[in-house]
Amino acid sequence: MRTLDCQIVTEVTSRLCREANFVLEPDVISALGKARDDEISTTGKDILEKLHENAAIAARDRIPICQDTGIAVVFVEVGQELRLTGGSLEEAITAGVRDGYARGFLRKSVVGDPLVRKNTGDNTPPVIHWRLVPGDRLKISVLPKGAGSENMSALKMLKPAEGLEGAKQFILDTVSAAGPNPCPPLVVGVGIGGTMEKAALLAKEALLRPVGAKNPDPELAALEDALVASINQLGIGPMGLGGRVTALAVHVLVFPTHIASLPVAVNLNCHAVRHKTAVL
Amino acid sequence: MLEPVRITPPLTGEAVSGLRAGMRVLISGKLLTARDAAHKKMVALLEKGEELPVSLTDQIIYYVGPSPAPPGRVIGACGPTTSGRMDVYTPALLAQGLRGMIGKGFRSPEVLQALQAHHAVYFGAVGGAGALLSKCVQSARVVAYPELGPEAVYELTVSDFPAVVINDIYGGDLYRDGRRQYAVHK
Repeated sequence: MRTLDCQIVTEVTSRLCREANFVLEPDVISALGKARDDEISTTGKDILEKLHENAAIAARDRIPICQDTGIAVVFVEVGQELRLTGGSLEEAITAGVRDGYARGFLRKSVVGDPLVRKNTGDNTPPVIHWRLVPGDRLKISVLPKGAGSENMSALKMLKPAEGLEGAKQFILDTVSAAGPNPCPPLVVGVGIGGTMEKAALLAKEALLRPVGAKNPDPELAALEDALVASINQLGIGPMGLGGRVTALAVHVLVFPTHIASLPVAVNLNCHAVRHKTAVL
Repeated sequence: MLEPVRITPPLTGEAVSGLRAGMRVLISGKLLTARDAAHKKMVALLEKGEELPVSLTDQIIYYVGPSPAPPGRVIGACGPTTSGRMDVYTPALLAQGLRGMIGKGFRSPEVLQALQAHHAVYFGAVGGAGALLSKCVQSARVVAYPELGPEAVYELTVSDFPAVVINDIYGGDLYRDGRRQYAVHK
């Protein structure tokens, strides 16, 4: 049986936290480049140009892309044939977040009790989503999530009769109401089906797909294209100052649901969609 | 596109009257920073009839919670935060002579009315451009509430800090008008 030392998990998680905050993924850079070419508003083009410049400075000087370096959302896939040694995996990931946010001079943006609101001082705990999978590998994805876009996200339990049209309208309404607040152009994660919490989790997971990659399901791919087109007709534009590029992409994930349910979750992400993945 | 207008705080009523929603500006000089916690403290003082720790007359408040400054740097990433969280406190500060605010996102109808009543403007900075905007900051020093850490009130000295006028004193609103201009109606 393959073994993996938890100390390595801590080191890798720490690195992922820092890299995600300093270096945009290549797919995001190219989506922003395409947005700059497509945008017809001169103010919008100017904003997209500044975002390009920002990404270059962040990567070169190792300054966070955004001062809101987020709460660390961590997706973990554990191979069921892998044996972890040297401690608790959850503690190892938490220690990695603590180390990454300290060493990277990242902002500590987590409060302990959400009602008392005292800063924990080290950006822990992370929000960890676990999945047990076949194989002997460990896959860790860190997605630092800022509050600007998270706070404009929404979930609705639709009636099945509302169907596809109801889901599309809810997604559009959510983006429309958010306006400039989530820092458009956006990547819109959508989860449809399952239960309340499953839909929300799918919407978050959808943000991990590379921007511009087609949905493997042709019907969902067509739905995503239609949603991008409708969102970009809203006129919100880069930073909400008016323009034709409001969404860089819409990513939809679906899951079977109850005969009486149609949950739809919309998780908005700003233009940076910061995330980094490692497979150990 | 028109050249940006250069602004050097303190911002007078006269300077503000020349600003219209949609104009790009480059700000050089002193800005004050404040977020939720500092706003709450300031408004609590005003409610008790006490003096503010810093004068807001003709000043600009930048809504920002920078990331920590690494060794050798003045400041970390320092882009705008969502302004709406400050809305409940803003009219009281505008009544004290605050002349401008920099942030991102919608303001409440109460804030928009207060901007017109007190002749002040709301600027938008580029959200998520924290690294780029950090290059505009030449110095940073705490001027009030050091106990709030990154949420303390700082005085920033900035050079050519880029922003856009979102709300002017005439009721102009770039979030509304920009969207109308580019919306495609079916």
